[in-house]
Amino acid sequence: MLALTAVLMLAGCTGWQSAIDVQGAAAISIKQLIFLFVAVCSVVWAMVMAVLIRALWRGREERGRPADLDPQTERRMTRAVIAATAVTVVIVTVFTTASFFTTRALSLASHDDLTIKVRGQQWWWSVEYLSPPERRLQTANEIHIPVGQNVRLQLEGADVIHSFWVPNLAGKQDLIPGRPNTLTIRAERPGVYRGQCAEFCGLQHAHMAFLVIAEEPAAFERWVNSQQQSATDPSDADVIAGQQVFLSRPCAACHAIRGTSATGTTGPDLTHVGGRKYIAAGLLETTRGSLAAWIADPQTLKPGNNMPMVPLSADELRSVSAYLASLK
Amino acid sequence: MIGHMRILQVSLCIAVAMAGCQREERQLRLDPPVAAALDEIALMPNGISGAPPEVFFALGRPYETNAYNLSQGKRLYSWFGCKACHADGQGGAGPAFLDGWWNYGPEIVSIVASIRDGRPHGMPAFRDKMTTEQIWQLAGYVQTIGAYSVKTAAPGRNDDKHVRPAENRGPAALLFDEGPRPLHSDQGPRP
Repeated sequence: MLALTAVLMLAGCTGWQSAIDVQGAAAISIKQLIFLFVAVCSVVWAMVMAVLIRALWRGREERGRPADLDPQTERRMTRAVIAATAVTVVIVTVFTTASFFTTRALSLASHDDLTIKVRGQQWWWSVEYLSPPERRLQTANEIHIPVGQNVRLQLEGADVIHSFWVPNLAGKQDLIPGRPNTLTIRAERPGVYRGQCAEFCGLQHAHMAFLVIAEEPAAFERWVNSQQQSATDPSDADVIAGQQVFLSRPCAACHAIRGTSATGTTGPDLTHVGGRKYIAAGLLETTRGSLAAWIADPQTLKPGNNMPMVPLSADELRSVSAYLASLK
Repeated sequence: MIGHMRILQVSLCIAVAMAGCQREERQLRLDPPVAAALDEIALMPNGISGAPPEVFFALGRPYETNAYNLSQGKRLYSWFGCKACHADGQGGAGPAFLDGWWNYGPEIVSIVASIRDGRPHGMPAFRDKMTTEQIWQLAGYVQTIGAYSVKTAAPGRNDDKHVRPAENRGPAALLFDEGPRPLHSDQGPRP
């Protein structure tokens, strides 16, 4: 029964957001460290329990006074206490050393292939690829990285403290307003890894997720090239009408779509929003329907977020959602 | 008997303590008909002062007295570039909010009209850039930094260095400047 429960519980530890199912260099070394701790501590615990059970089992021996021990027993007990103390010192020393070197190795990447600025705000992630210069681009809530390369993240907080956490790839790192932090991540295998804010940051803290998508270098370059393009000019009549709505209504005051007159920086960059897997920081899968639902009533879907409810007619809503879904 | 008195006292103490637990209501979602009604402000013919729509009073003057709305207004103040002309209320290319002079009066409807429709000499209209609710939130914040007396509600604090007294100290009351302003010398006495 116990084993079955354990198996069922461990089954929940695999997947796209798990510190056990590690795919990144930092996460692997942290997992090895914690497994070392768990293994050694389990053995120690089992031994202590065995000694305790034995002592209880034997009960109190009949003897005159508790302190009356024959010299032989006394010597044996002294040796046992000294041995236990020595083993404890050794274990604590090994733990301390292992912990020190693991933590040090996390921040000692020999070189960075890519620098990305991640800015956490209530309640979404702005992502800006800074270097190398030929890879500069701006996106939101979705970070693509090439497999096997060191990616240096510059973490900044815009309003309150957030925390960047992709358990499959690395440990947590806080995004603190006014104090940039850095974190180097490196994915060893391609995959989609979910991350989320790990520091309570207000009403919608639970809906502040993002994806890290690790791809083979060639696929990553293709993605970079497509993201650097400006939005394609619409050809479909419905989509053209949607663009007009977007540019003439308050949308354009907060959102940017490269290639148009929309240059707002308060909200996420929407140049390729239709190509991202989720909208509203992991809240809804990107479909034309979810885009329309989000625009129609953002305060019901994610109460308290900073996207206002812009009054649109049904036709306007239909065309603007078609336009956004077309921005692949 | 004494037991009953004691129970009464204790429950009275608990009731009094609980009364302090009430939290300010945050209206996160404004119903579209209410938002549309809020847009119907009545301005005097010269564009100065007037009456807010009745729904504003029915809601309990939320944009003047609700801390959440004032905080949102403070964010909008920086997001929509107000600082470019008005700085942190000291003014620059645009008029100051801290010197005690309101070119169009201190009523919230005047401020809403200024933001929504723009004003001569460079104040742009934000009608197509902000929603009605955002305009009211921003107007409430602008009214707060220029208020002659301290409001009971205050927006969030600054993260960066203060360049003027905080909103909850009534910066305009501290910094009022009677100075020569011949253009509007008819606009009321010193507060």
